[in-house]
Amino acid sequence: MPSVRAALILLLLAGAARAEEGLPSLTGEPGDPDRGRAIVLSRQRGLCLLCHAGPFPEERFQGDLGPSLAGAGARLSEGQLRLRLVDGRRLNPETIMPSYYRTEGLVRVGPAWQGRPILAAGEIEDVVAFLLTLRD
Amino acid sequence: MRRLLPLLLLLGAVAEARESGFALMSPETQAMQRDDDANPAMLWVEEGRALWESAGCSGCHGDVAGMRGVAARYPAFDAAGGGPVDLAGRIAQCQEARQHRMPFARESGEALALAALVGLQSRGMPISPPEDPRLAPALARGEALYRERRGQLDLSCGQCHDENAGRRLAGSPIPEAHPTGYPLYRLEWQGMGSLQRRLRNCMTGVRSEPYAYGAPEYVAIELFLMRRAAGMALETPAVRP
Ligand code: HEC
Ligand code: HEC
Repeated sequence: MPSVRAALILLLLAGAARAEEGLPSLTGEPGDPDRGRAIVLSRQRGLCLLCHAGPFPEERFQGDLGPSLAGAGARLSEGQLRLRLVDGRRLNPETIMPSYYRTEGLVRVGPAWQGRPILAAGEIEDVVAFLLTLRD
Repeated sequence: MRRLLPLLLLLGAVAEARESGFALMSPETQAMQRDDDANPAMLWVEEGRALWESAGCSGCHGDVAGMRGVAARYPAFDAAGGGPVDLAGRIAQCQEARQHRMPFARESGEALALAALVGLQSRGMPISPPEDPRLAPALARGEALYRERRGQLDLSCGQCHDENAGRRLAGSPIPEAHPTGYPLYRLEWQGMGSLQRRLRNCMTGVRSEPYAYGAPEYVAIELFLMRRAAGMALETPAVRP
């Protein structure tokens, strides 16, 4: 019995370690930081500024539910950023940050949004490319 | 512990001061609510006063002042329906069962006007949910709905209104979601709306499918919110940004 438990714990740790390494590209193509910037600033597509502030002095009404995006590209690697966008719950199951590339396990999604992730794979890559430019 | 935590937080919030959405408003909007001559919701109250006579409410109930305290104790248990009924539902029941007429539709100007008039009679009184054990299942359902993550954005009511109340969602400070002022005049709507309209807004905000007006889910959530706000003063008819 104890050996089973030990094996389970090892498995869990391995999972967590792999999660912390981040995720590989969803498309195999480099994202476009300019398109990424437009998505992040858009209140209809990225929704990021509902919760985050960032180095965007021209934008009024930035949220403060999450940390500032300033310096995100210096703090986190490409794969780590992608993991937080795709499904941050793998790091923090209680996170309020929506999983931008997940369609399963959701409750009462409105008809207009059903079966679609919040952002498409290419859009996630664009946002990652933009976040990597936020160095300070 | 994780299951207990929200409860402890809630008890903590109850023990500390709870805050109406009024407290988060600009001084100008607060002044608009305080002054009956400036509060646009009073137009609906006046329409309600006329309807109280013309729609025949006064025939059974006499002066509307007799409705003092009523809005503070709804939703209440309804024996006929076997569950809770909200104030708007009770008014519709009177029209249907006693007056044998089509009730005013939910969210119609007339329905909001009568609910605002009846609500005004309890302004300033503490919210006093009935201690009725028959309401327990609906109350539990309401709390479960409040804590359930929903919609494409996968957020629960509590994640915004308990865990992040006071923080800013884009430009808007997140209130604690106390149902103290309904029906109320919302500047963004440029009109009057019920609590159910507000709940629909929050649900579509997280890209979730709202329920139909009058659905038992809304009444259950209202029951939970009124319990959570027990003792807070009613503000009906309030103003919100
Ligand atoms: C509903 C709120 C919400 C939305 C919308 C949201 N986030 Fe977040 N985000 C958070 C919170 C809260 C955290 C803090 C980590 C946690 O809770 O797990 C976070 C963490 C992050 C981090 C890690 C920051 C760090 O320094 O560790 C990045 C990067 C990030 N978000 C980017 C984004 C981007 C880009 C978008 C839009 C495409 C977005 N977020 C949308 C709430 C949100
Ligand atoms: C993503 C954040 C968020 C979620 C999730 C959310 N709300 Fe809200 N809610 C708000 C904000 C912000 C306001 C303030 C109004 C505004 O400016 O839009 C508000 C307003 C309210 C109010 C009005 C309070 C007043 O003072 O009049 C109530 C009641 C309420 N919400 C209940 C709920 C319920 C019940 C749910 C779940 C079904 C919910 N909310 C989900 C953000 C949220």
